[in-house]
Amino acid sequence: MAMKIGDKPFFDRVDDALEDNFMRNAMAEAQDGLRGRKLKATVEDEQIGDWEEWRSAGEEIRRHTLENLDYYLNQLSENFARQGGHVYFAETAEDATRYIQDVAKKKNAKKITKAKSMVTEEIGLNQALEEIGCDVYETDLAEYILQIDDHDRPSHIVVPSLHKNKEKIRDTFRDKANYTGTSEPCELTAFARSQLRETFLEADIGVTGCNFAVAESGTISLVTNEGNANMVTTFPKTQITVMGMERLVPTWEELDVMINLLSRSAVGQKITTYVTNLTPQLEEDSIDAPNEFHLVILDAGRSNALGTEFQSALHCIRCAACVNVCPVYRHIGGHAYGSIYQGPIGAVLSPILGGYEEYGELPYASSLCAACTEACPVKIPLHEHLIKHRENYVEKKGMTAEKMAMKTFGIGASSPALFKLAVKGMPAVLGPLVKDDSISSGPGPMKLWTSVREFPAPGKGNFRKWFDDHKKGRNQ
Amino acid sequence: MKVSLFVTCLSEMFYQNVAKDVVEVLERLGCEVDFPRGQVCCGQPAYNSGYRKDAQKAAKQMISSLENSEHIVTPSGSCAAMFKEYSELLKDEPAWKGRAQAVADKTYEFTQFIVNVLKIEDVGAEYPARATYHTSCHMTRLLNEKEAPFKLLKNVKGLELIPLENSYDCCGFGGTFAVKMAPISEQMVDEKVRHIEDTAANVLIAADNGCMMNIKGRIDRKGKPIEVKHIAQILNTRVEGRI
Ligand code: SF4
Repeated sequence: MAMKIGDKPFFDRVDDALEDNFMRNAMAEAQDGLRGRKLKATVEDEQIGDWEEWRSAGEEIRRHTLENLDYYLNQLSENFARQGGHVYFAETAEDATRYIQDVAKKKNAKKITKAKSMVTEEIGLNQALEEIGCDVYETDLAEYILQIDDHDRPSHIVVPSLHKNKEKIRDTFRDKANYTGTSEPCELTAFARSQLRETFLEADIGVTGCNFAVAESGTISLVTNEGNANMVTTFPKTQITVMGMERLVPTWEELDVMINLLSRSAVGQKITTYVTNLTPQLEEDSIDAPNEFHLVILDAGRSNALGTEFQSALHCIRCAACVNVCPVYRHIGGHAYGSIYQGPIGAVLSPILGGYEEYGELPYASSLCAACTEACPVKIPLHEHLIKHRENYVEKKGMTAEKMAMKTFGIGASSPALFKLAVKGMPAVLGPLVKDDSISSGPGPMKLWTSVREFPAPGKGNFRKWFDDHKKGRNQ
Repeated sequence: MKVSLFVTCLSEMFYQNVAKDVVEVLERLGCEVDFPRGQVCCGQPAYNSGYRKDAQKAAKQMISSLENSEHIVTPSGSCAAMFKEYSELLKDEPAWKGRAQAVADKTYEFTQFIVNVLKIEDVGAEYPARATYHTSCHMTRLLNEKEAPFKLLKNVKGLELIPLENSYDCCGFGGTFAVKMAPISEQMVDEKVRHIEDTAANVLIAADNGCMMNIKGRIDRKGKPIEVKHIAQILNTRVEGRI
């Protein structure tokens, strides 16, 4: 499980996705809705002033934090521990799951509730806990739907069940949970609530992710809409929060900016229904808070990016604005990326965390249209990162036909004489293929082009000659 | 005003008429146009595919041949944007970095030059048609030129410009993306063509030959009766008999 989704090769996954018209319509509709809402809450919201200034502030905060990551992580863990919390730095996913398994064993935990956590998906936590006999309950509505649907995988980092509509969800509830109601969202939600209510009360451990951790006070901030995170963090006696090591801010002042950027970019809300801030401050006998609080800070490949050209990929606040504008994601959906991190940020992050062997093709799943870069609230140059990945990827590969072609290109493009020759030779090479002023079926790499569309016939004249004649004419 | 034309490899190979229209429009607006002979391709195909070194070769050739120009004008937003990448591309070669920046600073996309440098919004063109306009990604996002083409088209006599739904979505060209990810590119261009059809326009206007080659290729393959024109072809309609 963990970060990877499915075993098929990339193009097979793409083919599967392209055949799934239902999913594609759902994606397009969801994208259009989310984009519109984001615009209303950002560039079009006069109350907040200049959105570009907010983006610049966000970028600056993230850059500063990542440049001083060791300092702030230290501050965070000191402040967290000072108040009685336990901090564990996990270098790998396995380290993290082992630590959490150990806590669960010590607590003799049977039931575990979870909220808000793509990072626990990344480390395959559910499976690890089930292995030691725990029952794990996802309580975010979207995650709950996926879990009862035979552990379906997330297709979007903010709305993990985006590939399902209400009718599909109704069917899942019927098949898997004896639901008898309609596909009305309110009714579906009420059903999920009733299913989860008891579980909240009985859980031994609550597990959450973390939107931001505030270093100056050792606080975990959760930005949510459903209220389930509050149940997960108040009823059980033990709480475990897992955070990517980059997910922190220095002070509450920066938290304020980041929450604005996140809620507005992710779901087009000025602020989400709940912003829950949790500091250990443990009391033995408290009845509405845990008395044991563990913070697992996860590296799992993130430090691969530190100090490299990819460092700004760690600025990501997982708002999915880039996913929501991506025209490639629009057509292939989330699962085709083969990673729980999909869309442009997924194509940048997955190879960093999981390597080129597994995710080397993802950076090519982009037309470099830069819609992602334009949408990102913390100004991560996503399309530039994709190009950097391609550079690394081709460097690792041996000589390929493409590399040969590019070498030839390099030689041709640095010699005007050769370039002129290439331009001149074009009609001779392509001429025989031309019919009715275009080429419908070409050889080699052109075949892939002409499998979709016509290729233009080379122009008949010689522009350079025309230009000379034209100049002469004008000067006479 | 002295202007050097950077024609782009696509125009030189496939769309020479566009290149001629660019020259004629600029001259009509009072520019003295020259054509530096050393120019090649901007290097984007190599750069975007991850072949940095090969792209650097093209960049250096372009810089050498164009750095003495006063203004550099090109009928492609995407190629103009590539010039803006040169100083990053050559950042490890101090001797080139500054020269790269100097070239980038005086490079303009065709409509951008007319509107922002020549300060002309009405070129006196006339083109009676129902049309829609494709905003190309690199021109709007990397070059950050969102308005110039619209300002010019607004003043073209007889031209009715219909807004294009989801205009901000990429047409699926993306250079080598169109062949490397052909099945995805196909869906993207199909959606674009659907939106174009929905406008009931007879003409699609664009300012980038790459996108045009892609969209026109698909329109023609599907046998749709929609013409695809570069904006220079629309703006060069005052001279009789030339479209
Ligand atoms: S890369 Fe930017 S836009 Fe994409 S999820 Fe991260 S913060 Fe949001």
